[in-house]
Amino acid sequence: MTPRVLSNVRIVDPSTGMDEVGSIVIVDGRIAAIGAGAVDVETPSGAEVEDCAGLIAVPGLVDACVHIGEPGAEHRETIASASRAAARGGVTSIIMMPDTDPVIDDVALVDFVQRLARDEAVVRVHPAAALTKGLKGEEMTEFGLLLEAGAVWLSNGRHTVDNPAVMRRAMTYARDFGAVIAVATQDRRLGAGVMNEGLFASWLGLPGIPREAEIIPLERDLRLAGLTGARYHAMSISVPQSADVIRAAKENGLKVTAGISINHLTLNETDIGEYRTFFRLSPPLRTEDDRRAMVAALAEGVIDIIVSAHDPQDVDTKRLPFADAENGAIGLETMLAAALRLYHSGDVELMRLVDAMSTRPARILGLDAGSLAPGARADIALIDPDYPWVVSKDELISKSKNSPFEDARFTGKVLQTLVAGVTIHRA
Amino acid sequence: MSFPHRHLLGIKGLSEQDILYLLDRADEAVKISRQREKKTSTLRGLTQINLFFEASTRTQASFELAGKRLGADVMNMSVANSSVKKGETLVDTAMTLNAMRPDVLIVRHSSAGAVALLSQKVGCPVINAGDGAHEHPTQALLDALTIRRAKGKVGRLIVAICGDVLHSRVARSNILLLNALGARVRVIAPSTLLPSGIADMGVEVFQRMEDGLKDADVVMMLRLQRERMAGSFVPSVREYFRYFGLDVDKLRLARPDALVMHPGPMNRGVEIASDIADGPQSVIELQVEMGVAVRMAVMETLMLREGNQP
Repeated sequence: MTPRVLSNVRIVDPSTGMDEVGSIVIVDGRIAAIGAGAVDVETPSGAEVEDCAGLIAVPGLVDACVHIGEPGAEHRETIASASRAAARGGVTSIIMMPDTDPVIDDVALVDFVQRLARDEAVVRVHPAAALTKGLKGEEMTEFGLLLEAGAVWLSNGRHTVDNPAVMRRAMTYARDFGAVIAVATQDRRLGAGVMNEGLFASWLGLPGIPREAEIIPLERDLRLAGLTGARYHAMSISVPQSADVIRAAKENGLKVTAGISINHLTLNETDIGEYRTFFRLSPPLRTEDDRRAMVAALAEGVIDIIVSAHDPQDVDTKRLPFADAENGAIGLETMLAAALRLYHSGDVELMRLVDAMSTRPARILGLDAGSLAPGARADIALIDPDYPWVVSKDELISKSKNSPFEDARFTGKVLQTLVAGVTIHRA
Repeated sequence: MSFPHRHLLGIKGLSEQDILYLLDRADEAVKISRQREKKTSTLRGLTQINLFFEASTRTQASFELAGKRLGADVMNMSVANSSVKKGETLVDTAMTLNAMRPDVLIVRHSSAGAVALLSQKVGCPVINAGDGAHEHPTQALLDALTIRRAKGKVGRLIVAICGDVLHSRVARSNILLLNALGARVRVIAPSTLLPSGIADMGVEVFQRMEDGLKDADVVMMLRLQRERMAGSFVPSVREYFRYFGLDVDKLRLARPDALVMHPGPMNRGVEIASDIADGPQSVIELQVEMGVAVRMAVMETLMLREGNQP
């Protein structure tokens, strides 16, 4: 492979704290040198040099929550189509959620996903394994064997584990293996509504989901994490009270991290307007005050990571009355552009945003990603931070088109995505 | 030297001298069992009732044989399918049996503390043959006897107890006894099968066999009950065997002359590989033989003790 040099590029790498204009020298798929003086140090002869003036290079994004329809619902999304969507969004590693059909709760299915990913995906695809068999919340899966097979963490899908005794034992057992348990802290019964509970839902005549449907399971789980010493990740929190609970847990020394979807950082319940089902999400979009508080918690670092929560749904599950539709929105292609809104508004520094979408998730998951330090794999997103564009449904690569950002105007776009030094996407 | 206890309810409360006294007498009893003529008249005329509220084949047989070799009249009561099912309380059953004037009661019950409760209501010595997840003193004694005869000593040996410690009365009695004799006790199990506070029970705690078996002189495997295998305490049999089952590779980490023990009944391919159970380091059959001897020693000690006779 010909060595490559990306020159005159602004490098933003949270893993080293580097923020400077310089060059990136890539040899054999890895970063050979980086920074203002990189070219002087070593420019390999015959290197292919690309002038990237005005662009920002960040470590390829690591999206820790991606739902894919394969196996079981390939008409919505396959591993191959999701990986191409990811590439367009600058995402070079995706964590595939286990709530497929069949559920990824067995070593053979982890193998299946990995083989498919190796053969068909243009980005790295890491399976998450189910925490309990069939995601039923009753019997724990073979954590040891699943992790050995390549599962990166253990998740219980879209809801919390109802039975606290099961959760306690799973945490106890997972701790022995150093596994991270990642939970969507949504109570199945208390959260049986379809949107944020409050005045807006009441006027629409829709059943609401109280914020307690998220806070109560979260607080319970954190108690259990304290009891067991388990590593715990709250996958998608939506209200500031949850962030407060996370902050307190961290201050108490618990091994706890938290994530939030890009939707909850950039949208609110009023976006639902007149029953627009693409904005039906779990957890539900909350109020503007909630959103602003969550952005602050992200900037502060209490919320560790941002995920796309990419969740392809077809017309068969979305073109329905709001209360009958499925939750979920796609997001791989728009996560970074949407996140740049927070940068342009001055709410969150670019370094923190990249950290939340790349370096920190890689660190939590133990992946060889999220860094542009010499020796790291050259997974890179090249961004023009000021590029204006409009999200067009027709240009979406994802097999499903349920984007809450359809026709949205963004400033900033991924112009090129590299995996192991090879360009897999160019805008 | 005499034995200062009326009952044998547990290892707790026994001194090192008490334990050595029983082991020494058991050594004598081994000789009896190895003779052609195995019947003695030590306990002739005395009545032994085996009162098993929980099904047991081997322990009950062992106690029965021990009593018969000492010349006692042995009666087996499997209460698992009798009056208790009809609603009689434990204490009422005990009082009824007591009125029949037995000279010893051997009791197993699924509830911790049940044997001690029963012992307060009867006029004869009571031997605990296992109460819930509390104690199983004769098992610990027979394990110690097995180790002592195979290794010449118990003190300062490294003994690794592996598996379902949480539900195991065998583990608790062994931890107490081995500590009393000065052994170094380790437990190895997934955290889901360890009781809380285990680190303060006088043991070193390991979650990986690879760590805990290093340099062990004795590897004591525990039985994993079927109902605990599939997702409740451990995910599956194959995962349990992979990480906690004793196989050739794991046993190699222990000392080359390490003993392999199991209280039985074994789940081959769950907690122990078949070739290990039948291999040269296994003393599992010796444990069964020592069981009869230990129970003979305990019974004659308690039944002939001054103040214990009717």
